Amino acid sequence: MAAVLPSVVVTPLASEAGPWKRAWRRLKRRRGALIGLAVVLMFVALALFAPWFAPQDPIATSWGAIRKAPSVEHWFGTDEIGRDVFARVVWGTRASLLAGVVSVSISLLLGVPIGLAAGFLGGWVDSVISRVTDAFLACPFLILAIALAAFLGPSLTNAMIAIGVSATPIFVRLTRAQVLNIKVEDYIEAARAVGNPPWRIALRHVLPNVAAPLIVQATLAIAAAVIAEASLSFLGLGQQPPAPSWGSMLNTAKNFIDNAPWMAIWPGLAIFLLVLSFNLLGDGLRDALDPRQR
Amino acid sequence: MFEYLVKRIATLAPTLLLVSMLIFGLQQLLPGDPAKILAGEEQDPTVVAYLRTKLHLDEPLPLRYAYWAGGVLRGDFGESIRNQQPVLDLILQKLPVTLELALLAFAIALVIGIPAGIVSAIGRGSAWDYAANVFALWGLSTPNFWLGILMILLFSVQLGWLPASGYVSPFEDLRANLAAMIMPAFVLGNAIAAVLMRHTRSAMLQVLSSDYVRTARAKGLNERTVVLKHALRNALTPIITLGALELGTLLSGAVLTEQVFTIPGFGKLIVDAVFNRDYAVVQGVVLVTASAYMLLNLLADLAQFAVNPRLRR
Amino acid sequence: MTLSSRSFLPALLLALAAPLTLSAQTLRVGLAEDPDVLDPSLARSFVGRVVFAGLCDKLFDIDEKLAIQPQLATAYEWSADSKALTLKLRPGVTFHDGEKFDAAAVKFNIERHKTLPGSNRRGELAPVTSVDVIDPGTVRLNLSAPFSPLLAQLADRAGMMVSPKAAQAEGDKFGAKPVCSGPFKFVERIAQDRIVLERFPAYWNKDAIHFDKIVYTPIPDATVRLANLKSGQLDFAERVASSDMAKIEADKKLKVSRITEIGYQGITINIGKSEQAKKNPLGRDARVREAFELSLDRQGLAQVVMDNEATIGNQWVSPRNAFYAKNVPVPKRDIARAKALLKEAGVPNPSFTLVTPTTSEAQRLALVVQAMSREAGFDVKIQAAEFATSLNMADKGDFEAYILAWSGRADPDGNLFSFHGCKQPLNYAGYCDPETDKLLSQSRELRDPAERKKVFEQITARVMKERPLIYLYHRNWLWAYNAKLGGVRNVPDGLLRVAGLKMAP
Repeated sequence: MAAVLPSVVVTPLASEAGPWKRAWRRLKRRRGALIGLAVVLMFVALALFAPWFAPQDPIATSWGAIRKAPSVEHWFGTDEIGRDVFARVVWGTRASLLAGVVSVSISLLLGVPIGLAAGFLGGWVDSVISRVTDAFLACPFLILAIALAAFLGPSLTNAMIAIGVSATPIFVRLTRAQVLNIKVEDYIEAARAVGNPPWRIALRHVLPNVAAPLIVQATLAIAAAVIAEASLSFLGLGQQPPAPSWGSMLNTAKNFIDNAPWMAIWPGLAIFLLVLSFNLLGDGLRDALDPRQR
Repeated sequence: MFEYLVKRIATLAPTLLLVSMLIFGLQQLLPGDPAKILAGEEQDPTVVAYLRTKLHLDEPLPLRYAYWAGGVLRGDFGESIRNQQPVLDLILQKLPVTLELALLAFAIALVIGIPAGIVSAIGRGSAWDYAANVFALWGLSTPNFWLGILMILLFSVQLGWLPASGYVSPFEDLRANLAAMIMPAFVLGNAIAAVLMRHTRSAMLQVLSSDYVRTARAKGLNERTVVLKHALRNALTPIITLGALELGTLLSGAVLTEQVFTIPGFGKLIVDAVFNRDYAVVQGVVLVTASAYMLLNLLADLAQFAVNPRLRR
Repeated sequence: MTLSSRSFLPALLLALAAPLTLSAQTLRVGLAEDPDVLDPSLARSFVGRVVFAGLCDKLFDIDEKLAIQPQLATAYEWSADSKALTLKLRPGVTFHDGEKFDAAAVKFNIERHKTLPGSNRRGELAPVTSVDVIDPGTVRLNLSAPFSPLLAQLADRAGMMVSPKAAQAEGDKFGAKPVCSGPFKFVERIAQDRIVLERFPAYWNKDAIHFDKIVYTPIPDATVRLANLKSGQLDFAERVASSDMAKIEADKKLKVSRITEIGYQGITINIGKSEQAKKNPLGRDARVREAFELSLDRQGLAQVVMDNEATIGNQWVSPRNAFYAKNVPVPKRDIARAKALLKEAGVPNPSFTLVTPTTSEAQRLALVVQAMSREAGFDVKIQAAEFATSLNMADKGDFEAYILAWSGRADPDGNLFSFHGCKQPLNYAGYCDPETDKLLSQSRELRDPAERKKVFEQITARVMKERPLIYLYHRNWLWAYNAKLGGVRNVPDGLLRVAGLKMAP
């Protein structure tokens, strides 16, 4: 008869919360970050539930109501071919949020694996990747994005790809730096000693530990990506008519700034609020997730 | 340290090569035939054919790159196909303009960002912190072209205080130069202010909670002395490094700012060149920008060595 | 600091540092783009011609009614067989560098326009085979065939005369320091910043010149350009946005000019440029194109897109032009007939992609066209393409419909031949009809305007049946300038002429 060891049941102490829980508590204490989070969530709601918030059709033109000032029928006024600006701002939330999130997702999907490979594998792989990343980083970001968008053709999707690809080097470098920091830690050595293959070490041990700075950078990058989309649209390379996007609305509005300023004010404000919120949130996350602080 | 320097300089060349190849390759992918763009409204086929030969457009890609690279080594960056000016001349003409804009923007960013960072760090967690945060962040959050147009409307059209556009060399007329540059510099500097604010804040926070500051406080030193002498010095040291790193951001921002304010600088030059498929100009500008960026980074790293002996292992 | 900028400094100081104390001596003009190379043979942009108007005199000029006026040539005479044009030249004219302007100079220039590699004037002067110097004041151009648009060509860049000495010395770098014989001579040019010209004291018409300097400043953004004018930094702004007109007219300090252009705005349809034409009902079937045209309300377009700053039209010249073919009038919007035509063609809901340049006007136009044609059953997809790309697509025939404007030429042939002649460079529609080609050649050979008009009427009827191009409207050139600036001439080519301009004190 084999001896059966009694199973040991360990109950975690109530006060022993995980690192993420602790970070969340820290985040809650920073008012700026909370406001940022709240505003971001509000915009997400606007994007998801646009038809409820703005039942007017954002692409319905109306010859008789061209460039009308804000009124009861049109809260934010109408634009150069009679479309309701309020509806376009609400519906445009989708494009701007998408532009931010998708671009950064592309950067993460491309940048993190490359950075992991560079940091982990070292040697000539690292050299090549680092040189190429440096080369990308040495070109002004917007120029790269403009060239890519011009190559791909003006559209929101292509603008997102262009921004995403242009921002990838930042995440490559960040991931690589983090990996280099962690590579020398004991638990990595232990994992390797036990015989884990590199990819498993990367996924299970390295990645969770580099997540924190990546999350912070991603949040801040979303802010920058929304502005980048607006910039590309300003040059005619982003979202194309008639679909609404704040950046392309600003592009059109600049021609009428003197006699229909509401066309520029509201989408500009929307961009400002969304980007500011992401920046506040990102700053808050950085403080909350910073291991050096208590 | 010497061998570090040598190693760094040695990596400059291949990186520059990569940059030039990257941009060259990217441009060739752009749809559109520069010969046709240059051929004008009438699109005379003879002219198009002549331009294609002149610009080596029918020759294989590596050969065209070789032509360009060979020219660069001889100091010939090619010609702007739009108005036949040598690219090097264009660069030398426009670079000082954008440099001045960038320096002024950086100065404004310092004026906004550092006090905001100090206030935020000292009044940590309070309304001051939050307000300073927003104050510095609003620059990062506003599309600079939008802000630029609004400022033109207000200060040039409505109030008539400042010129709406144009550029005068500071050597010709300093007052007019500053009048024309102040708005674009402000618009551009806003974005960098946030970075400086964050940096100042975190650097000061680090120092404020560190041991020797606690000691200084315990010794009974004036709070202001503590802050200004020790914390600030710690925060300010890597400013140059930050400046170098932010050069890329400044140049990106300059692109649109120069469009809106019609400043004849680097940014405007390159955007027009991309849209006109003026390959030689884009190549030249990116090469110069990349070199400047890498050199500045190198200098910044060396400066760090000079300041922080612990790094000089 | 060079000598020229030293003398330029006082005017600039006055102009920029103290906008309220305007010097009447410098005229500051705001351009919508930066001109390309300032060499009349190589030049290819519209905006370059604005600068040439102050810099280079031409053999002839056109006036407000598009009639030929003397400039460097004082009289002309066609030979009996219309294959030779004899010009009498103005005496006592010199170039900016002191060289005499005479028949030899004319010969040199015409040959330069034709032979300089990369010259854009070659097609314009194609029928000219040789130039004979009869005497220093008389020159004769010999043609291979009669060519009535020649005079209009000589009233544009092909007729601009540059100093032979300077041209020979500089070769193709001439554009960096042009030397012509116009009222102002070249001082300096800083790319994308300014072009500075200074009065030429020995100009033949110097009494009409009241400015000492002209500074042309390219300011691409119309809002900023107008802001500069309003704040007093510019005296004259070309191509103001139509939406700004109401406010400018209300401003007592500014005056406006509105001139119907000699060009047009229209939609080019691929009916045979490439295989793609056959794949789409719009390109395949003329009835579908007719239905499309009938679904559009041109007046509505002019109103919404251009704030009514345009004249509706359906031909390559405006209805007010002497050569407009009255037998093909502007059709009125007719949705019922459009739907009937589509039913007849068997495609009640045709769909096609409309390629649109990224300019503000073109985008508005595309949106309104999309909405208007939807009522007849059309599903128009809008594809924005920046200029370089769209040119590529048009050239390859890689499009179904394309919004394309043309700046216009004084002679209707300039709006017609390159577009509707078989395989001509600007014939993006791919329209080809041998009978039309015959008529086009005929119209070039006839000299009598009444006879030409009859031929144009035939061409119009033939081409409009196929509708390779749907002409929509002729925009107004909109200028805004300081109310104190007098002598502004509203010539339909949209170029500011400097003779007679005067700033009231």
